[in-house]
Amino acid sequence: MGIFSFQVVRAAFRPPWELGEISRQITEIGSDSVPLILAWGVAVGIVMAQLVWSSLVPFGAVETVIPAQLSRIMFREMGPLMTGLLISARVGASTCAEVAVLRLTEQIDALESLAIDSFKHLVLPRVIGCVIALPILTTLMSFSEIAGGFFWEASYSRMTFRLYFDRIFDQVGWSDYLLPTLMTVASGFIIGAVSCFFGYTVKPNAAGVRRASMHSVVFGSLLVIIADVILLKVIALWFPENKG
Amino acid sequence: MNHEETKAVRFEQISKSFDAAPLLESVSLEIARGEAFCILGRSGTGKTVLLKLMVGMLKPDRGKIFINQEEITALDRAGLLRVRKAVGFLFQNAALFDSISVAENLALPLRHHRGKTENQIEDIVRRKLAEADLEKYRNKFPADLSAGLRKRVGLARALVLDPAILMIDDPSCGIDSIAACEMNRLLLDLKQNRKITLVFVSDRMGGVRRIPDRFAVLDAAHVIFCGSADELERSDNRLVRQFASHEDL
Repeated sequence: MGIFSFQVVRAAFRPPWELGEISRQITEIGSDSVPLILAWGVAVGIVMAQLVWSSLVPFGAVETVIPAQLSRIMFREMGPLMTGLLISARVGASTCAEVAVLRLTEQIDALESLAIDSFKHLVLPRVIGCVIALPILTTLMSFSEIAGGFFWEASYSRMTFRLYFDRIFDQVGWSDYLLPTLMTVASGFIIGAVSCFFGYTVKPNAAGVRRASMHSVVFGSLLVIIADVILLKVIALWFPENKG
Repeated sequence: MNHEETKAVRFEQISKSFDAAPLLESVSLEIARGEAFCILGRSGTGKTVLLKLMVGMLKPDRGKIFINQEEITALDRAGLLRVRKAVGFLFQNAALFDSISVAENLALPLRHHRGKTENQIEDIVRRKLAEADLEKYRNKFPADLSAGLRKRVGLARALVLDPAILMIDDPSCGIDSIAACEMNRLLLDLKQNRKITLVFVSDRMGGVRRIPDRFAVLDAAHVIFCGSADELERSDNRLVRQFASHEDL
């Protein structure tokens, strides 16, 4: 998988680039995931608001502090991680299965026989699609989580939207949003490369496709979590003011 | 022109094994430019592997393969892609791109290689579809076509870059006898009217008999016969003769 990822990176810097195919993949991976991201984000936001409320209020936190805590959690951890896991499941499995079927039906061999670099035509657009879509989807996820938090907060404490909105950004700086969101570029690369790798190297039978899709989701999710943990540590080391 | 320059394909002592079981052992073959060459053999004797070795989709364990005098066994990926521009390949199941239309299947390689305008691409696609009598299917998707039509689209796509060599993996496999006749007629037309080198594999001599200039027979990892149809019929080897007599059954 390491060699495969290296080949992806190398191919990314070698023209020509298949811009049409890349934009098609961004649409398929990005736009088509938006409804799922929004619904998921609101649900997670409600659950997280409930958790933060029940954890902090007994220790004397005033209600107005809670939105700020919530937004830090959403922007820095829950948004990037949840988006990575969700896209790993949705896009990782479908991309892997699609590439595996292309392999099984000899369509990848057909591309190669027509002197079309299957790596540039199939793998690279999907990886770049994930890399570009992930930060955008993460932003949507974070904001829909915050919206979910507001629904819960409003129903419990009758907090106005204006007050909630002001409190949200009380303790959140650009670096709280920007760095963790940009770090999802790594998650996008992992999801794209892992799913394409398992699809590309599938064993040519039905059980092979099943196994490849399963491995794609399992390894993709695991690597997304590991990358998330490592990169958050790196951000905390480089920008200690954001540690708290 | 010396002897080597007349060769489109040359195999030198090629060996290939899968899971330690030898499929091809020290196979040597020469196919001349413009020649129609048919490789016969029973199922599982390595005919498709032989074709895939010819275009570098598989690497041999030992030996050298030359396409138009260029040793492809020594080429990297970029070199192989360059060589393949001169080689068309029709897969056994046609291997059409199933998410795009018939016309788009033909246009895809043109968009990648020729630097042509969309109008020029459209002209070429229209001409190639007309040659294979496929104009009315141009907007259909591969899943909407019969196996025979898919094969014809595969042939049109394999020819879209005007290759010097055309390789065909079993032209009549999986299609009805009428579709097989149409396919054989197209191949015969290619042989007679173009300077294209035809290399194809089949598990029966049957309808393809009139197309090749020479036959090779593969069995037990070796080429056990190489010669004309007449020589094949007169061979001392029983299996070789069986291929010739099969058409009379």
